[in-house]
Amino acid sequence: MIDMSPNLVLVVTIGVLFAAGVYLLLERSLSRVLIGVILIGNGANLLFLVAGGAAGRPPIVGSGEGPMADPLPQAMVLTAIVITLGMTAFLLALAYRSWQVNRHDEVQDDVEDRRIARLAARDERAVTDADTDMSTETLDDEAEQARDETDRGAL
Amino acid sequence: MLLLLTLQVIAALVAPALVRLLGRKAFWVLALAPASAAAWALSWTSAVQRGDGPTETVEWIPSLGIELTFRLDTLSWFMTLIVGGVGALVLVYCSAYFTTTASGLARFAAVFVAFEGAMLGLVTADDMLMLFVFWELTTVTSYLLIGHYAERKASRRAAMQAIVITTAGGLAMLVGIILLGEAAGTYRLSAVVAHPPQGTTAVTVAIVCILAGAVTKSALIPFHFWLPAAMAAPTPVSAYLHAAAMVKAGVYLVARFAPAYSSDPTWHGIVVVLGCGTMLLGGYRALRQHDLKLILAFGTVSQLGMMIVLVGLGTRSAALAGLAMLGAHAMFKAALFLVVGVVDAATGTRDLRRLSGVGKTLPITALAGALATASMIGLIPFAGYVAKESALESLHDDPAILAAVAVGSVLTVAYGLRLWWGAFATKRAVAPAAVTESDVSLGDAAHEDAAPAPISHPSLLLVWPAMILGALGLAVALLPQLGEHLLAPYANTYPSGEPGHLLLWAGVTPTFVLTLAILLSGAVLFAVRDRVERWQSDLYRGPEADLIYRRFMRRLDDLAADVTGLTQRGSLPVYLGLILVVFVLAVGGPLLRTTLPGHYIPWDDPAQAVFAAAAIASALLVTRARRRLKAVILLGVGGYAMAGLYLLHGAPDLALTQVLVETVTLVVFVLVLRRLPPYFSDRPLVASRWVRLALGLAVGVVVAGVALVAPGARVHLPVSADFAEEAVTWGGGKNIVNVTLVDIRAWDTVGEISVLLVAATGVASLVFLSRRTGAIFRAQDAQRDRAVWGGSTDPMAALRAPEADTPVSAARDREWLQAGRTLAPQRRSIIFEVVVRLLFHTMLVYSVFLLFSGHNAPGGGFAAGLVTGIALIVRYLAGGRYELGEAAPVQPGLLLGLGLFLSAGVGLVALLVGGSVLESWILDFHLPVVGDLHLVTSLFFDVGVYLVVVGLVLDILRSLGAEIDRRAETGEDPVGGGASERIAAFRDDA
Repeated sequence: MIDMSPNLVLVVTIGVLFAAGVYLLLERSLSRVLIGVILIGNGANLLFLVAGGAAGRPPIVGSGEGPMADPLPQAMVLTAIVITLGMTAFLLALAYRSWQVNRHDEVQDDVEDRRIARLAARDERAVTDADTDMSTETLDDEAEQARDETDRGAL
Repeated sequence: MLLLLTLQVIAALVAPALVRLLGRKAFWVLALAPASAAAWALSWTSAVQRGDGPTETVEWIPSLGIELTFRLDTLSWFMTLIVGGVGALVLVYCSAYFTTTASGLARFAAVFVAFEGAMLGLVTADDMLMLFVFWELTTVTSYLLIGHYAERKASRRAAMQAIVITTAGGLAMLVGIILLGEAAGTYRLSAVVAHPPQGTTAVTVAIVCILAGAVTKSALIPFHFWLPAAMAAPTPVSAYLHAAAMVKAGVYLVARFAPAYSSDPTWHGIVVVLGCGTMLLGGYRALRQHDLKLILAFGTVSQLGMMIVLVGLGTRSAALAGLAMLGAHAMFKAALFLVVGVVDAATGTRDLRRLSGVGKTLPITALAGALATASMIGLIPFAGYVAKESALESLHDDPAILAAVAVGSVLTVAYGLRLWWGAFATKRAVAPAAVTESDVSLGDAAHEDAAPAPISHPSLLLVWPAMILGALGLAVALLPQLGEHLLAPYANTYPSGEPGHLLLWAGVTPTFVLTLAILLSGAVLFAVRDRVERWQSDLYRGPEADLIYRRFMRRLDDLAADVTGLTQRGSLPVYLGLILVVFVLAVGGPLLRTTLPGHYIPWDDPAQAVFAAAAIASALLVTRARRRLKAVILLGVGGYAMAGLYLLHGAPDLALTQVLVETVTLVVFVLVLRRLPPYFSDRPLVASRWVRLALGLAVGVVVAGVALVAPGARVHLPVSADFAEEAVTWGGGKNIVNVTLVDIRAWDTVGEISVLLVAATGVASLVFLSRRTGAIFRAQDAQRDRAVWGGSTDPMAALRAPEADTPVSAARDREWLQAGRTLAPQRRSIIFEVVVRLLFHTMLVYSVFLLFSGHNAPGGGFAAGLVTGIALIVRYLAGGRYELGEAAPVQPGLLLGLGLFLSAGVGLVALLVGGSVLESWILDFHLPVVGDLHLVTSLFFDVGVYLVVVGLVLDILRSLGAEIDRRAETGEDPVGGGASERIAAFRDDA
């Protein structure tokens, strides 16, 4: 089995990366949020390696003697790194779009959610719903209007 | 039976086409579907009598024990006859009822037949879950039919009300079915009834839930109000769904479970109280309606109550009476609805205050109505009489229920007479319909006094279905022994009581006297109908059930809005904060109880401390940075430090990829940041800063704790322990990480490059908005405008030699980069261009080397793609967007698609040659000049990965680079914020 003693330097690095990442993640500016996500991503990648075991020689057959680092977390982290690139590009495109439309890149509160909350506080309808319609029409009034498209010509 | 159901499905599917082809005559053809069901049931009569009706089972989901099981016993046989027989007659009726130009006839026909098929399945299903499925199908089709005239508000509301109530009941029923099925160990209906689980609380809850389904479906109080409202449906629907078939589903369900559970006190209480209450309330309300259909609807509510009491009571005689009532009711109530439809069609109104003299003009219709009414009020010798007589006889031992049924019958007599009188009688007090009706009404013809309009009679086709049903009500009453013979087998499965009898004449018994008294009282009540009506409306002025329901729904909406307002704050930081708090509590809590490892090491390699310090410092500084560019550069420093940590950990592949990705990331950031303001806005969240800091620290500490504990938490050998051997033997490669990516866990990689493809497409569509991508910029298109990245005025313009614009000779015109001259002169750097010229192809060769050697050494598709991407970036930075077009004259979408196809598609090839998907094949062969070749098919997979990564980078460059450049130069990007800029932004993309 691999030596399972935790590596303190890496543990501290992971903690700091996450703390700084979360601090930025809770911001409003999309570019700061993105930087936070990347920091958290770096921390998580490192966590993967640490959880996979201690350092070792590269996982290439014939690369030398001694214990080999676990290749599985490495494969996972490798794709994670590249996907982070894709996500960075996407969020930056979002930030650009936000700038194009709003002249800033801040994540604003959902106006629709606010509207619903405001209406709820006043007990007003957000949508019209026939099922809760309080009209005073009686069954008879409604029956009066209910007419089928019947055949009158064939009589 | 499956064949029969399939036939109904086919009929429903072809119905729209048939209606378009044949018009309303199509209903004739469609009537064959229910008729075939009735005929099929008839053909099984003797077998069902003997107790060996057909059973069919098709395994559906064996692992869940769900089967398509159908069984025809006496009850199912009886219901099938009703569903099929009445269905066929009503469909024939439809063929004359609707005008040829009626709207939505095709949809109507399809849904109607679909309903009939669902009902057929409902009454023959022997699996409780199948029963539920068919139950809900009838609910949905009923919803569509009630809302047939979707443009009317009343129709929509009635349909919504019906589906909300019956679905609520249906879901409760599902809970009951599951409880019961789990308690019994089987979902087979016949098996559960034969050996019912008893006594536990779960069973009691199941009973209540199943009865909830029956109560809502059969419109018992307090849910009765949906049925009168459902009269907004076309009259044939009312006749079929809301009189003969669907509302009987509840009665059917009660009759199904009564042999097993009628002795249960909960069952007894619910059935008797709700049944009797409904019977009385329905009859009472029917006395005060003016619309003929509403009288019938409340009458149906009343009689459903009576039927539920009879079949649910648990004695054999009551059950027999209940079944007889079920049949009689199906005949007379459907007939009456059809008759009302005729009157409606002939006069244009159903208001009994405006109808007069209809009976004189339409005597055959009046006769059909009279036959059905006689059966409804229980006149001798009609089916209704036989059934009611038998019911009264069977209730001898239950005086309270007997009294309720007697009073209910009095009310039935009264509203029955009122109905016939209202529809057909010539009323002196009432002005003829033609006078009050402004449009040209057929009521004109109904009066001799009226203008000599052509005297018209309804098509006989419209009257005959009702006439057949009315006459049938008379015919079966004349042969009561036959009915008893056919229905007794089911009634006798009830556990208690003497077998009942159906008799036409039993002598002058107390029951007969009671019947006479009922008829007499009913007639008196009818005679004083006006006073009753006035008295009723004076007695109770409170809200009706319908209004209470609507108020309840309104409160429910309010509650939902309040909950939404409370939980959905619409603020990203609040949502994320909540998630993180949950994370800290859920992970941190258990962490506190975990024993920390006893032994630590400071580092594996002292150099780790250096890189870690760099990563930590950059992370801390990034949080303090106010300038965007500064933050991004610090982030990059941290990223490169990460690469060092990877390398020291023994992950050269990761280190290589990290360095490359960090470089590309930096470029992407800069490309976008040039458009954004240089500083982060000051505004954000100063107040919440400490909260964010605290949450960040908490998360950091918890994750650090996880990192501390995780290495020691391992109890099993890592799954990757055998990867080394597998990689060489099966994957044909020495670089285990790469073989893992392209072979051992290739499925994951396929998923991951799909994500890249989506991200790339997302970037492009966010920039190009209405197109996937823009045109490719080629150098020859841009020879004249030397203005790329023009921006500021050229400070050296005066010093430039004018001959730059006029080529002296071909040799001197030679450029290092093809599109170099498209740049604004002040943006060109000859040294940069030379370096790029020399470097570009070298980088491409290096990337190909990484791609091919990646199987055995650090490298592979990801790294190779990134190197090619960086080569493209360098070309773009040196020569602008035209240079990019020259370097990569392809659409990125093509690269992405090709890449995904190579990775996933080539993986499928293995399937063709008999392997599993994405399996690798190792080919060793000898080529004359090149020498021995060792080719692993997973190389194609890696080439796919390579192409996808190149496509991603190209997409980024073309959208965030080239396209933003173009907009900056043409001034298309908005300068101020506001609507006009938004429109401009959209226009430039359109």
